[in-house]
Amino acid sequence: MKQLLSINRNFSLNFILYLKTGDIEEDGLFYIHFIIIEGGDNVNLFLQQVINGLNIGSIYALIAIGYTMVYGIIKLINFAHGEIMMFGAYFAFIAATSFQMPVWAILLLVMTIMAIVGVAIEFVAYRPLRNAPRLSALITAIGVSLFLQNLALIIFKPEPKIMPKLFPEMNFNIGGIDISSTTLITIGLSLVFMVLLDLYIRKTKQGRAMRAVSEDKDAAILMGVNVNRTVSLTFALGSALGALGGILYSVAYIQIYPTMGVMPGLKAFIAAVLGGIGIVPGAMLGGFIIGMVETLTKAYLSTTWADAIVFAILIIVLLFKPTGILGKNTREKV
Amino acid sequence: MKKRAVSVLLVAIFVASIFTFAGCSSSGSSDDVIKIGFIGPTTGDAAIYGSSAKDGAMLAVEEINAAGGVNGKQVELIAYDSKADQTEAINAYNRLRDQDGVVAVIGGTLSGETLAMKDIMVQDKMPVLTPTATAVDVTVNAPNIFRVCFLDSYQGAAAANFSADTLGAKTAALLIGAGNPYSEGVAAAYQTAFTAKGGTIVGSESYGLQDNDFSAQLTKIKELNPEIVFVPDYVQKVGPILQKAKDMGITAKFIGADGWDGVQVDYADAAQGNYFTNHYAADSPSATVQNFITAYNAKYSKVPNSFSALGYDAAYVMTDAIKAAGSTESTAIITALAATDYPGVTGNLKFDANGDPKDKEVTIIKIDGGQLKFETTVVN
Repeated sequence: MKQLLSINRNFSLNFILYLKTGDIEEDGLFYIHFIIIEGGDNVNLFLQQVINGLNIGSIYALIAIGYTMVYGIIKLINFAHGEIMMFGAYFAFIAATSFQMPVWAILLLVMTIMAIVGVAIEFVAYRPLRNAPRLSALITAIGVSLFLQNLALIIFKPEPKIMPKLFPEMNFNIGGIDISSTTLITIGLSLVFMVLLDLYIRKTKQGRAMRAVSEDKDAAILMGVNVNRTVSLTFALGSALGALGGILYSVAYIQIYPTMGVMPGLKAFIAAVLGGIGIVPGAMLGGFIIGMVETLTKAYLSTTWADAIVFAILIIVLLFKPTGILGKNTREKV
Repeated sequence: MKKRAVSVLLVAIFVASIFTFAGCSSSGSSDDVIKIGFIGPTTGDAAIYGSSAKDGAMLAVEEINAAGGVNGKQVELIAYDSKADQTEAINAYNRLRDQDGVVAVIGGTLSGETLAMKDIMVQDKMPVLTPTATAVDVTVNAPNIFRVCFLDSYQGAAAANFSADTLGAKTAALLIGAGNPYSEGVAAAYQTAFTAKGGTIVGSESYGLQDNDFSAQLTKIKELNPEIVFVPDYVQKVGPILQKAKDMGITAKFIGADGWDGVQVDYADAAQGNYFTNHYAADSPSATVQNFITAYNAKYSKVPNSFSALGYDAAYVMTDAIKAAGSTESTAIITALAATDYPGVTGNLKFDANGDPKDKEVTIIKIDGGQLKFETTVVN
């Protein structure tokens, strides 16, 4: 790939990204081929846009993980997840402005708080409906989402808050491409937490319990897995990552307001479906693809069509491969 | 039998109500005060616009009364809340006309509510002066409706003239809020005027109403390297755009329209050194402006925004027209309004055939150190 790009740099070609995924492994190993066509603009501009896409994509990926984990374990699309992200951003704002806390403390504190909030939401709103039809739980999730939005509206008022810059400001120029420290940290933090989560799910006992419950709840109970605790743990992890997504989103895009979680939440949901809902590496992959598609559409096709194209992806995936890119027909989840 | 009794009762109530209202309006006109109505949102999301305009108009009426009133009569401003709702606005207008018997109306404040009331107002031949409704249609085919504020297209052209003439810019890029008529309208006028001045629009980017991520568009604009980036939108969008542009190291001057008012509060650093068009500047050297600000500050202990200034001018222009007409008869007031030539806080006001301001000054404001600084005025 590097060679291809360097060749094209000489010709200064304009190109359109063509994403192809193949030979996909269960644990999310995948290959992306860049195929370059058409002539015209310059490569740096394209790479700059790729960085922009990675930036938003990593945030979508973080939020998508929360959707996909919860779906994997209790088959619920937790529409309140975007609001977890929003509250995470608000709490980070308060911690940063009112208490002047250092960044690591803000991340730790807010992620912990939102993990507890996520568990509480599950306990209050979803657990009583565990054995009810799935539609009831889905409608409840929408209700919780609206409740949290309006709660934020009452507590924080509709005027947007301005997120202070949490990370030290620096600009790096790597081969003609400008990357800000915020972008680097956003992408880096997302990747670190995604790897940690992946390790946790694959290597630890609780991780194995999560996979077991997701695969077959009744059998897991028979094997002595505490299902309630495992579900709570899933909500805690998903919400903590969602909160991290919210913090990174508000640092990158500045404003915090009660409905800020809606659009990123929806796009992360599409990312989760695209990657294969219930599959954690799928959510990560989906997040990066959605971020990239959105940014490159804005950059090379049309800004007005960006959202339409992202939502069209949802329809196409549901029509042609409802299990998503990494989905299999077997019921293996998480 | 019972049914008939009910219907008779209903008719009786109906007839009685007609007489009651008739009584009201006749008593209104026989009073020794001239009643002027005001309509605008003073509660709800858009409250800031309505209450600012109302405060401005109230201050003007107070000053006029202190100076002896109009044609020997005191002026009374009767204000009703439209709640930014079209039905509420129509109800408010009906109440002003029937119950209060006003001779003229200042309002509505927002374009939507004003358009909703337009047809009835035209039928009634009510002299109407809206301080702040910017939609083109407000004054079209409505000989009795006038406005104080300039149109979106007018300020777009003024911003273009300022860019080309004062800043000497040859290249500009547009960054437009797609689906926002205000942003699209101002930008279109800017493009036309800037091209007419010999400038080149090197790029036109847009973003959606829900967008928070402007990095793709700004990356493209940075690459185009224009001298000017024109971003006509409200603070909520403009702030993050300016911040992002600063972070990305874009050095072009950013220029905006009156929706920028307030950007200096939360985005002082990001907006530093940029310009926008507005209706007036609080630090303008003009004595009219300074007297207004002093009086407003004394009454409300705050600095007036443009809506207050427009409301203030609207009240003066309306009472001057009533004075010139020498009566409260609506046709006479409308004729006098059409002949207005008033040096107001927001510039010299004359009306064209539509009832829109003609050759009005547009104030250019510079954001400097978290303050709005008067830069210059532009007349297209």
